[in-house]
Amino acid sequence: MMLTDLTIAGMKRGLAARDFSATELATAHLSAMEQARGLNAFIVETPEIATAQAAAADAALARGNAGPLAGIPIGIKDLFCTESVQTTAGSKILQGFIPQYESTVSGKLLGAGAVMLGKLNMDEFAMGSSNETSAYGRVISPWKARNSNRELVPGGSSGGSAAAVAARLVAGATGTDTGGSIRQPASFVGISGIKPTYGRCSRWGVVAFASSLDQAGPMARSVEDCALLLTSMCGYDARDSTSLDVPVPDFAAGLTGDLRGKTIGVPKEYRLDGMDATIAALWEQGLAWLRDAGARTVEVSLPHTRYALPAYYIIAPAEASSNLARYDGVRYGLRVTPPGGNLADMYSATRAAGFGPEVKRRIMIGTYVLSAGFYDAYYTQAQRVRTLIARDFELAFEKCDLLLTPTAPSAAFAFGDKADPLAMYLNDVFTVPSSLAGLPAMSVPAGLSPDGLPLGLQIIGRPLDEAGVLDAGLAIERAAGFTARP
Amino acid sequence: MSVTPETVLKIARLARIGIADSEVAPLAAELSTILGWIEQLGEVDTQGVAPMTAVIPNHLAWRADVVTDGGVQAKVLANAPDATSGFFAVPKVIE
Repeated sequence: MMLTDLTIAGMKRGLAARDFSATELATAHLSAMEQARGLNAFIVETPEIATAQAAAADAALARGNAGPLAGIPIGIKDLFCTESVQTTAGSKILQGFIPQYESTVSGKLLGAGAVMLGKLNMDEFAMGSSNETSAYGRVISPWKARNSNRELVPGGSSGGSAAAVAARLVAGATGTDTGGSIRQPASFVGISGIKPTYGRCSRWGVVAFASSLDQAGPMARSVEDCALLLTSMCGYDARDSTSLDVPVPDFAAGLTGDLRGKTIGVPKEYRLDGMDATIAALWEQGLAWLRDAGARTVEVSLPHTRYALPAYYIIAPAEASSNLARYDGVRYGLRVTPPGGNLADMYSATRAAGFGPEVKRRIMIGTYVLSAGFYDAYYTQAQRVRTLIARDFELAFEKCDLLLTPTAPSAAFAFGDKADPLAMYLNDVFTVPSSLAGLPAMSVPAGLSPDGLPLGLQIIGRPLDEAGVLDAGLAIERAAGFTARP
Repeated sequence: MSVTPETVLKIARLARIGIADSEVAPLAAELSTILGWIEQLGEVDTQGVAPMTAVIPNHLAWRADVVTDGGVQAKVLANAPDATSGFFAVPKVIE
């Protein structure tokens, strides 16, 4: 077996047994990364940092004081500020921005001994579901449909993370999820990814998109690997006012995959008209697998589901229009000053040149819904609907412990297939409601489309029940026996 | 919902995003489609429903009112497009 095929758990065992060194592990992944440059998964490669961190991990392993992720090669989504390493959020407006500090989450992973291979490409400011909005070129999925040579999207916005993990360039990666940006790309490339409860992972040092929704989480090739990364990523941080001051369990140690006594809810509103037959069948199969693992299944209702997407496309752009006001050409990033222009001219020229079309579109929607005369009709109404959506979940969780749904309404699509912004937004139909409610949710690969492309199932849990979500994920992983690879 | 070219220009000005004349019509069409789709929210009865303000009920933490950071002027200015004499420099605003 190649070193790059190992899971994080397998790497930990091999490193502990001295079967190979962290340096050998890093070298194997750096070589894979170089050979896969055609995927465009990385915006910046950091081989010198990786080599130094691997040497430090080897020394720590030899001393016997290695951290829980010592020597594990990972990639960091370019939304996380990394000290001394360019961080762009996939945007031209931040080209050349070198953070003077480390984000809490990436700092915790590196503090646990992880080895950073580079910064992963993404949709600009995490706005997108296909990676087509990155200012640094689209990421190409390592997957191809059977009998087709068309290049496919890796999903988004954490598309570089998804492609790099699936192509075995890194063992795991950080993602961020605002409306599905961890789960949908994980589903598209056949890997696992979990968005924890809002507030579990610190947002400090994560470039902000929609602050009431943004949440970091891990992406990896097994549920156990996600649990290992998640344990290191979570934790209270006084520098994030919405960080939750609650104990962080050892998620990996607690994994059993035993669902005896658990009730799984099936939200009937997620059975969309014209749903893809393979995805509908896979959903049924997933429920059967969970019953085999000891769970009971029951139908539940989330009556406001159809209003989640429109509410999201008010709230997220509104928050984005405010958050992205900071890119004004004064303190960091791009500055464009027209000849003879004043300060106001500089602002508008800088933002016109620095933001891509989708980001401009969302800033403008957000500006509109927050503008005088429209605020109550749009923003306040969306926040009221958000309350109703969260209440739907609360009521459902009186009847069940977890929910099982498809992750996305389709397998990965080809570039340009969803040129209409609205068609692209609808791809997040199953992931957005749980984001609005702040709930933990995970995608696990469960099967293949008729074309041989990965399809994921989503598990949604109660607030702070990542352990329950991961257990159901493990049960599906074991039953599905998903071994397909690009 | 139909967004007029005048509205597009007004939003762009509020958002401080310069747009070319050729961009106005396409943007008006796109924003009309998206906002038209969003309008379905109006059909939800939200009488007596409070707007959501926190995802997970959580009290903002208090801390002692003391300085915990600072003395990093060089770092603050490190990424500035134009830094002069320890300040951010911008085009002249007063004639």
